[in-house]
Amino acid sequence: MAGSQNGGKSAQIKTLKQVMEYLRRYWLLVGATLFLAAVTVILTLYIPILTGQAVDLILGKGSVDFQGVSAILIKIAAAVAVTAAAQWVMSTCNNKITYHVVKDIREDAFHKLEQLPLKYLDSHAYGDIVSRVIADVDTFSDGLLMGFTQLFTGVLTIFGTLGFMLVTNVPITIVVVCITPVSFLVARFIATKTYHMFKEQSETRGEQTSLIEEMVGNQKVVRTFSREEAVKEQFREINARLQKCSLKAIFFSSITNPATRFVNSLVYAGVGIFGAFAAIRGGISVGQLSCFLSYANQYTKPFNEISGVVTELQNALTCAARIFELIGEEAQVPDSPDARVLSKVQGNVELENVFFSYTPDKKLIEDFNLSVRPGQRVAIVGPTGCGKTTVINLLMRFYDVDSGQIRVEGTDIREIARGSLRTSYGMVLQETWLREGTIRDNIKMGKPDAAEAEVIEAAKASHAHSFIKRLPKGYDTWITEDGGSLSQGQKQLLCIARVMLCLPPMLILDEATSSIDTRTEIHIQKAFAKMMEGRTSFIVAHRLSTIREADIILVMKDGNIIEQGDHQTLLSQKGFYADLYNSQFAG
Amino acid sequence: MKKLMKFLKDYKKEAVLAPLFKLLEALFELLVPMVMAQIIDQGIANGDMGHVARMGLCLLSLALVGLVSSITAQYFAAKAAVGFSTQLRQALFDHIQGLDFTNVDKAGTSTMITRMTSDINQVQSGVNMVLRLFLRSPIIIFGAMIMAFTIDVKSALIFVAAIPLLAIVVFGIMMWTIPLYRKVQGWLDKVLGVTRENLTGVRVIRAFHKEAEEEEKFKSYTRALAASQNFVGRISAVMNPVTYIIVNGALIALIYTGALQVNVGNLTQGEVIALLNYMSQILVELVKLANLIITITKALACADRVAGVFDIQNQDTRTGIQDTSGKTADAPFLEFDHVSLTYEGAGAETLHDIHFTVEKGETVGIIGGTGSGKSSLVNLIPAFYPVTEGAIRLEGQDIRFLPEDILRRRIGVVPQKAILFKGTIRSNLQWGNPDATEEEMWHAIDIAQAREVVDGKEGKLDARIAQGGRNLSGGQRQRLTIARALVRKPEILILDDSSSALDYATDARLRTALRTLEENTTTIIVSQRASAIRHADKIIVLDDGEMVGAGTHDELLAGCGVYQEIYYSQYPDERKDIRQERGR
Repeated sequence: MAGSQNGGKSAQIKTLKQVMEYLRRYWLLVGATLFLAAVTVILTLYIPILTGQAVDLILGKGSVDFQGVSAILIKIAAAVAVTAAAQWVMSTCNNKITYHVVKDIREDAFHKLEQLPLKYLDSHAYGDIVSRVIADVDTFSDGLLMGFTQLFTGVLTIFGTLGFMLVTNVPITIVVVCITPVSFLVARFIATKTYHMFKEQSETRGEQTSLIEEMVGNQKVVRTFSREEAVKEQFREINARLQKCSLKAIFFSSITNPATRFVNSLVYAGVGIFGAFAAIRGGISVGQLSCFLSYANQYTKPFNEISGVVTELQNALTCAARIFELIGEEAQVPDSPDARVLSKVQGNVELENVFFSYTPDKKLIEDFNLSVRPGQRVAIVGPTGCGKTTVINLLMRFYDVDSGQIRVEGTDIREIARGSLRTSYGMVLQETWLREGTIRDNIKMGKPDAAEAEVIEAAKASHAHSFIKRLPKGYDTWITEDGGSLSQGQKQLLCIARVMLCLPPMLILDEATSSIDTRTEIHIQKAFAKMMEGRTSFIVAHRLSTIREADIILVMKDGNIIEQGDHQTLLSQKGFYADLYNSQFAG
Repeated sequence: MKKLMKFLKDYKKEAVLAPLFKLLEALFELLVPMVMAQIIDQGIANGDMGHVARMGLCLLSLALVGLVSSITAQYFAAKAAVGFSTQLRQALFDHIQGLDFTNVDKAGTSTMITRMTSDINQVQSGVNMVLRLFLRSPIIIFGAMIMAFTIDVKSALIFVAAIPLLAIVVFGIMMWTIPLYRKVQGWLDKVLGVTRENLTGVRVIRAFHKEAEEEEKFKSYTRALAASQNFVGRISAVMNPVTYIIVNGALIALIYTGALQVNVGNLTQGEVIALLNYMSQILVELVKLANLIITITKALACADRVAGVFDIQNQDTRTGIQDTSGKTADAPFLEFDHVSLTYEGAGAETLHDIHFTVEKGETVGIIGGTGSGKSSLVNLIPAFYPVTEGAIRLEGQDIRFLPEDILRRRIGVVPQKAILFKGTIRSNLQWGNPDATEEEMWHAIDIAQAREVVDGKEGKLDARIAQGGRNLSGGQRQRLTIARALVRKPEILILDDSSSALDYATDARLRTALRTLEENTTTIIVSQRASAIRHADKIIVLDDGEMVGAGTHDELLAGCGVYQEIYYSQYPDERKDIRQERGR
């Protein structure tokens, strides 16, 4: 986005080129549209001439050339028929181009989304990315493609009219040409004058929206503290400010229409007066004057539209630049063609001299070494915010290490196909995430072809079956993205069931049981214990009791691993771990 | 929309004046072809330059008067529309703030946010459009027809035929396509949904290696979207050509009739031109009208959605219930009298026959499994949800018959989800008590173990808090929400699993500090950690919505199976000790 502003013209041209790339696939349709637009414009301009000719044959009482009039009327009818047909085909083509280009762009954007490194996604607001894929693409399609055809027909109409007018009468044409740009200038003048009003409006509106999000989104908290009145007052204040600046912005910008209409009227009056003078002197016929009058209307219309179209085009280009920026974002390093696909994973994981940090100026993991043998259980502990999830990011290769190596079965994970590496792990994250769909869909996510019995089996093993059974529609209950009415614990049970169904050879459990009550947790731990038999597991947890039996405990603080060993060793060290452990029984 | 009209009440004058001035503008515009006819028939026919100049001046003044009245109309329209939306927004905001929890659950907050923002904006531009443009087009269209009658009745009949035909085509196509556009919107929502999902669930999707399948899914949606757009597009594309044919057909008829009428001397050449001009004015206005109708239909749909929120009304929880309260001296401080709770729309009871009493100053622990109803139980105390059976009494008074704000002022709640609001630490603490002194705030902060949080921030109490408290960690937020509840010096303090983000050491310190609270503070602690509630005066054990035990830690450990299970799952060593003792 910054690029399009700083780079100015050259960036816009670059964006335009990218748009052309997308249009190229539909070049036939684009060609057809342009051709039909030309046909439409020419015929539309031809009809007033024919009408004028007809008028000239209707001179007065008793002096009407009926034969001539009839012949012209047939011509008009034919022209109208062709124009109408051309219009229809043209808009059908336009629709096709627009909607398909939009579809192509969205698909490319989504494709990129699936390839983007987590580093990008973690550092960009989701809302912003979604609005690029949805809203920006829509604005782009409305503005650029529609605007483009409007611009094309507009320019064509202007030149066509000019040509026809020049052929008929030069002085009147000059009158028209001199007055028309005024409307353009007026529109420009108003647009620049109102720019800061619109800016103020959108800023105030933004302020209001965030208040709405905050206070409506957390209405329950507002009610809990009986803060309704205070909050309403806060809203009233912003609302009043918004009213003021909205009125200004809307009113001043709405002057554009009357102003340009006024200029049109001036053109019309000019044509009327000068045309009449010319007619009196015998320079043109009355029919030609009537033709001029209707041209005066048609000629100014594109000018009015063009000023709107230009802003819209610019707007569209900005949006296009935003979406192309996303599409042009660097994807993760693709798997090399000879990347290894893990076939029989035993669970050998080694980390050797691993250095990693999210930002270069804030060092995190330094020279980390760890060797995990098949079936071992590794617990990662430490106070909140100490960077436990970083280890998961590295193991799953959501992030690549800065230096050093992580090896699975002796192979550097950068040489293993990502899909193969990741599906070797069963992962339950702290942030439970479910997708919109039925409970069954969610459990089957890792294994879409699982049989019903398997699904129920997995749900039972993770103690989710009993609560699912009690839902109104059981496994067919539809849940929304945030899990809807399910409690945090229930959501987590579903996430566990999801992993339980696939049972990969290694496990990553990120505070998996932190918001499930201890009774349920006991059941789950039993299931996990069974699941973990012979499986290498990495567990992140607050509850030290749950990881006491781990083979290796990694104690993390401020992003770094400060202690490493088993429970007894660490306790006897009387270090950070010992403090942490003992505090559990305090109070 | 009808329901929303009342918000225009204060802008009646503007709402009437705007279309009136538009009418004026349209009338002046309708005079133009007549003046032009004069120029042709009088000026050109007689070679009268003076007449042409006078009429020309007349055209210019018409344009000027049109400009002035149009700008006036725009002003009134903008004022009315903006005023309308301002009042509507305020009313909707106020209404939403007044909704009870049951309704908020039903409506969903994200829906309400959209109603408040984009929907109201659409309605505003709809009102603006209606006021300044929607009246203009019909006036021009019918005005042109009336003018045609003043020129020549026979020719005017062509207008009479053409206008309804045009109206049928325009409105027919719109009626046909509007529901189809809704379908398009539905597909777009799906596309949006998948995009969102793939961002929020990126780790899970990649962990399951579902990227390719997600792309396929996305493609199937975008294809369906494009297909439905194309389908609607094809229908809409009919509108322009057909109206073009009708108008030009009328034009042909007009020229032919004109030729006949001129030939017999009923019409002049200038008048024929005027008629043709009227016809083309109609075409221009029709195109505008069609575009406008689309905007207006959208606005109407939005208005309906906004009105839908107003339709959500809180139900009186007291209907059909006898006030059984009697303020007696020996009434317990807080009493759950055989309380059951069924959420609206839920199939089964969440709480069943809960019965216990609490004395002033006691600490009560509530423990139980996931979904056992712990949070539901405490949510009943501030009357967030109405009980379905039984009654809750505070000092003998049925809480349903206590004014809501008076009841809630006595209670400090620390919700599960630690949410802070944009502002400063001070402004957040003032939520608890707007009149709290600095000293009181620091006292609350100390008890909540949040001093290091506040001290660590630049500006201390005046440190900025971002929306939702995003610039704080989960644990920091949680401690501040505890402080917020403590600032109001509540008679009843409810901690709903409020220390989950704290590490054990901080949690322990917090619990010790809470015990130093003034003696008349009744504390209710919901937790999954036995350590958090073991010292409570009374522990309520919930299992699947039923109360399976109540008593002190020792009592429960001796006699409540569920409690034993919970406790020993967290302190396995102690179980071993007991076994060893027994073994001896």
